[in-house]
Amino acid sequence: MIKNLLPSAKEYSKASVLSMLFVALEVMLEVAIPFLMSKIVDVGLAAGATAWSATFLGFLTVSGATAIEFILKMGAFMVGVALVSLFFGALSGRYCAVASTGFAMSVRRRAFNKVQDFSFGNIDKYSTPSLITRLTTDINYLQMAYMMLVRLAVRAPVMMILAASMAFAMDAELALIFLVAVPVLAAVIVALGSLAFPRFMKMLQKYDKLTARLQENLIGIRVVKSFAREDYETKHFNDASMDVRNSELSAVKLMVTAMPFMQAMVYACIIAVCAIGGKRIILGEMQTGEFMSFLAYISQIMMSLIMLSMTLIMIVISRASASRLSEILSEEIEIKDAENPTEERIESGAIEFKNVNFSYGKNPENLTLSNISLTINPGEIVAIIGGTGSGKTTLVQLIPRLYDTLSGEVLVDGRNVRDYKISDLRDAVAMVLQKNVLFSGTIAENLRWGKEDATDEELEAAAKTAEAHGFITSFEKGYDTVLGQGGVNVSGGQRQRLSIARALLKKPKILILDDSTSAIDIDTDRKIREKLKSDAAGITVIIIAQRINSVMSADKIIVMNEGRISAVGKHDELLLTSDIYREVFESQQRGAA
Amino acid sequence: MAKSINAMNTASRAKGRTGARPKNFFPTFKRIMATALRTKAAKLKFALLVLLIIISAAASVTGTFLLRSVIDDYIAPLIGQTNPDLTAFIRMLTVLAAIFAVGSLAQFTLNRLCVFMFTKTLAEFRDELFEHMVKLPIKYFDTHPHGEIMSTFTNDTDTFREMLTTAIPQIISSALSLILTFAMMMALSWVLTLIVVAMLGIMLFAASLIGGRSGKFFRAQQKNVAEVNAFVEEYIEGQRVVKVFCHEDKTKTSFDAINRELQKESQKAHTNANILMPIMGNLSYLTYAIVAATGALFILKGGFGLTVGAIAAYLLFTRQLSQPIAYISQQVNVVMQAIAGGERIFVLLDAEAEKDEGYVTLVNADIDADGNITESAARTGKWAWKHPHRDGTLTYTEVKGNVEFDNVNFGYVSETPVLLGISMYANDGQRVALVGSTGAGKTTITNLINRFYDVPDGKIRYDKININKIKKHDLRRSLSMVLQDVHLFTGTVMENIRYGKLDATDDEVIAAAVLANAHSFITHLPDGYNTLLTADGANLSQGQRQLIAIARAAVADPPVLILDEATSSVDTRTERLIEIGMKKLMEGRTVFIIAHRLSTVRNADVILVMEKGEIIERGSHEQLLEKRGKYYSLYTGAFELS
Repeated sequence: MIKNLLPSAKEYSKASVLSMLFVALEVMLEVAIPFLMSKIVDVGLAAGATAWSATFLGFLTVSGATAIEFILKMGAFMVGVALVSLFFGALSGRYCAVASTGFAMSVRRRAFNKVQDFSFGNIDKYSTPSLITRLTTDINYLQMAYMMLVRLAVRAPVMMILAASMAFAMDAELALIFLVAVPVLAAVIVALGSLAFPRFMKMLQKYDKLTARLQENLIGIRVVKSFAREDYETKHFNDASMDVRNSELSAVKLMVTAMPFMQAMVYACIIAVCAIGGKRIILGEMQTGEFMSFLAYISQIMMSLIMLSMTLIMIVISRASASRLSEILSEEIEIKDAENPTEERIESGAIEFKNVNFSYGKNPENLTLSNISLTINPGEIVAIIGGTGSGKTTLVQLIPRLYDTLSGEVLVDGRNVRDYKISDLRDAVAMVLQKNVLFSGTIAENLRWGKEDATDEELEAAAKTAEAHGFITSFEKGYDTVLGQGGVNVSGGQRQRLSIARALLKKPKILILDDSTSAIDIDTDRKIREKLKSDAAGITVIIIAQRINSVMSADKIIVMNEGRISAVGKHDELLLTSDIYREVFESQQRGAA
Repeated sequence: MAKSINAMNTASRAKGRTGARPKNFFPTFKRIMATALRTKAAKLKFALLVLLIIISAAASVTGTFLLRSVIDDYIAPLIGQTNPDLTAFIRMLTVLAAIFAVGSLAQFTLNRLCVFMFTKTLAEFRDELFEHMVKLPIKYFDTHPHGEIMSTFTNDTDTFREMLTTAIPQIISSALSLILTFAMMMALSWVLTLIVVAMLGIMLFAASLIGGRSGKFFRAQQKNVAEVNAFVEEYIEGQRVVKVFCHEDKTKTSFDAINRELQKESQKAHTNANILMPIMGNLSYLTYAIVAATGALFILKGGFGLTVGAIAAYLLFTRQLSQPIAYISQQVNVVMQAIAGGERIFVLLDAEAEKDEGYVTLVNADIDADGNITESAARTGKWAWKHPHRDGTLTYTEVKGNVEFDNVNFGYVSETPVLLGISMYANDGQRVALVGSTGAGKTTITNLINRFYDVPDGKIRYDKININKIKKHDLRRSLSMVLQDVHLFTGTVMENIRYGKLDATDDEVIAAAVLANAHSFITHLPDGYNTLLTADGANLSQGQRQLIAIARAAVADPPVLILDEATSSVDTRTERLIEIGMKKLMEGRTVFIIAHRLSTVRNADVILVMEKGEIIERGSHEQLLEKRGKYYSLYTGAFELS
């Protein structure tokens, strides 16, 4: 886990180290200040004194001819030290901010980029809400923890060590009390931490569920409203929210026991010091002034212990987040380029399936596709038709390697798809998915996903082939019309046509249309197909469709049923040889009569 | 004491004048606390919390005070004695230990109480946000990215967590210590306290200056966080398209830009916030030095009757001031961030909910042989509109499903009309089909029927009642829609279908599934009807999802059914198999069908052909074919071998 996050820390190692350095310097000066404070009182206001001077570190001496002079000089000296401390404090604050926000940015970037590299199979493993939570909430926790670590994890120990050594120098036996107290404290904190960790993991998982619930309602708000289910959904959300709250409570209440416990231990130390120190003073072994200083050091140690406990709490909380991010960062990408991918590009668009078996769960007992073998010649227009869930989409997803086969080969241009560079393969194979997503931005920006430097003429040409140019120009801003998230302000059919245009801009060798005209009326559908035939001659086109007339004129029709190829042939042949095909045709014919 | 309060008031007035205060600091803060302490129980708990804080702080201060006394009064006198009587000393120590114990216990209890109370507050905020959110008009969802809305629920409420659980108790506790210590200082020497007050004024000024800037930066930070959230949500949701277009690198670059922006703002905010504590700490040391010098000066010049001992004591207290000041300044940061989050939350909570001035409601009805309608408490399978009139009378109208459009003009944006002069009617039990090219306005009509968007009064009537008069909730309960984009929810297949009628029995659900011809594929799923659907039904094919959506609409058994491209992803073979069921589904109901499939449309009683927002042809299938107009050209394409 640390291994995965370390590179991000390394990126900002300079800032982190500087921050810690300045904190250390700041603290050292801070610890000195109470010392100076007590000198003002002990020397400057000492009854019956005749000489006023104090020496620090063996060589720095402050002295004054009168008490006032001494106090003023000491005061000035103290202020000077305070100012230098402030300077260091400000610097450490700045570098701490740089380091922690930088660390968070680095982790966020690496995690997001990793997710971008995920294959469909990797994506299926994590839900979208969980990925969102990991990239936002979890990273926030990490940032806070890092910040505390850099600042307090140095400040607290340094302060503690300095204060403790002063105390030891003053009276070693008395200081032994700390040696007993601190390990006890440490042990308790560690125990609390390990108990709390699983609870924080659980809390984050509940948080994921909450986010999922929320996202669902946002995406499906029309369904919620049209079924008038606002109250129902609210109640469900309340349940998920209560779940989060309960797990949060269970985790956090454990951690907040730390501080009162520490405070109690420090009080116990004070009492012990009073008892032992008091005895010493009575016996004349210790001065009152020294004793007061001793107590002052206890308060400093107390403050640093509190800071330490806060840091530890933060680390425990963030450990859960850290492991969730680490999971993403160490995810094995399922589909990646082969060791030595060929430099060859796809030229003709010939496709071949050889005894392909496929299962989403990689389970040979539960195959989505069984023993698929077929040949598609370059430039052919091939249609795939079949019942709901017969495996049509699954089959075509294997061509651009969105998924890999369980066994058997998929060949393009005579080469196994696994041999091509993925980017080359996907450049040559354009796919219009069944669920079309357009992104926030203008129509032109969305179209340019197909070709980044496409000229306006190229955009128009593709749009015309997809029968989209007409409606685009009917919008006030035409190609510069802004689409909302998911393309909500265009109708389903318009979205489909934009998606087809987007795919065409790639100038692919293979074009796959997965039920891409379902929301388009028959007339427009026909026009698109005609245009494809003329404008896109030479491209191998695979159409998955429901309508016989979309399919009738194809060079080859593949009929699928329950994950297998039931029949292959031209329209006329299939009417004779395939029952399924005939049934579909007749049912649609009857419709036209 | 009065002087100190005066001084503080002067300081706060000065703070106000210098500006640089976050724009809504106090109102937002007040609102957050008001929500947290809404119920009587919460107020009581908070009072208990404050009490415990007072005890804890008092214990701490008293303990420190007593320490001095222990030394001066119980140890010092015994110095030099050979056989000192330690009983008084020990008794004092015991008292001290007891005080400390009480303090620790109070601290422990208050921490637990705090966590208990405020995790509940966070949940309440999230719940309130959700309850309000689902009431917002569709337009809001179409104009705000999902991730941005989600960020308010998560990132913005998270900022409260630290403030409520640690900052507030810490601030109260430190403020108390401050006040107590201050009181004692006043008692010792009002002259020296003037100096302290002046210094405190400077500190407050510094705090508000820096705090104000923090507020500004944190606000920017929260905005950037929301942007990151929105981007992540959109692109991870659309991940598949990104992969298919090899758009990964460009997406990474775009994300990098937003990521950097966030880091920049965040860094500014935290740098600013981190500086506060060192500044405050050092200002308090400065105070110490000034007090010491002044005190010594007074002794020398013999003014104000101060003794060395008094000054020493005073300085001790001055030193003690620095601790609570440091604690408070540490927390200012946290509070500022919470205010920034709070502002965004309240923006969402204040967004206008769907306006609904309807007052006609849907009730269960008993209809006797003469046609008299009375309201029934139990479900009877018959429904009526309950229409209260201005003169106090009540009429009941049976829900038959007549829908009328009377010359309706509409545009989502007023300058761009989508529907022009639409007039049509559907009597109960009629099937009306809407066909036409996409963007012609068909879905808009359905948006108007269920009041996702509204038209001016009187133009659309339902069972002869102006639909603007019908409560939206009740109106939608009387309709069942199957939309173009199918959305399923996390839950079992059974639960998803039951969404249409929450109290449907298992048999009713299965019957609906059979009607939609979904039953057979459902039984083939690994857990049948108990199969868990996740991520919008990702584990099913598009066609299967649509069948479930149809079953969902069927189980609701509504008087009006709207099918918007309901079978577009279902293959015609399957569609033919459900056609019989669909026929049954459509029996005795008013049905609006939007489709491109001839097979779906041909059996409609009336077909309306739409083009650019207008109805251009109207009639039955045969009548329209005879006309040889647009409909004819759309559908004779079926025969051409092209």
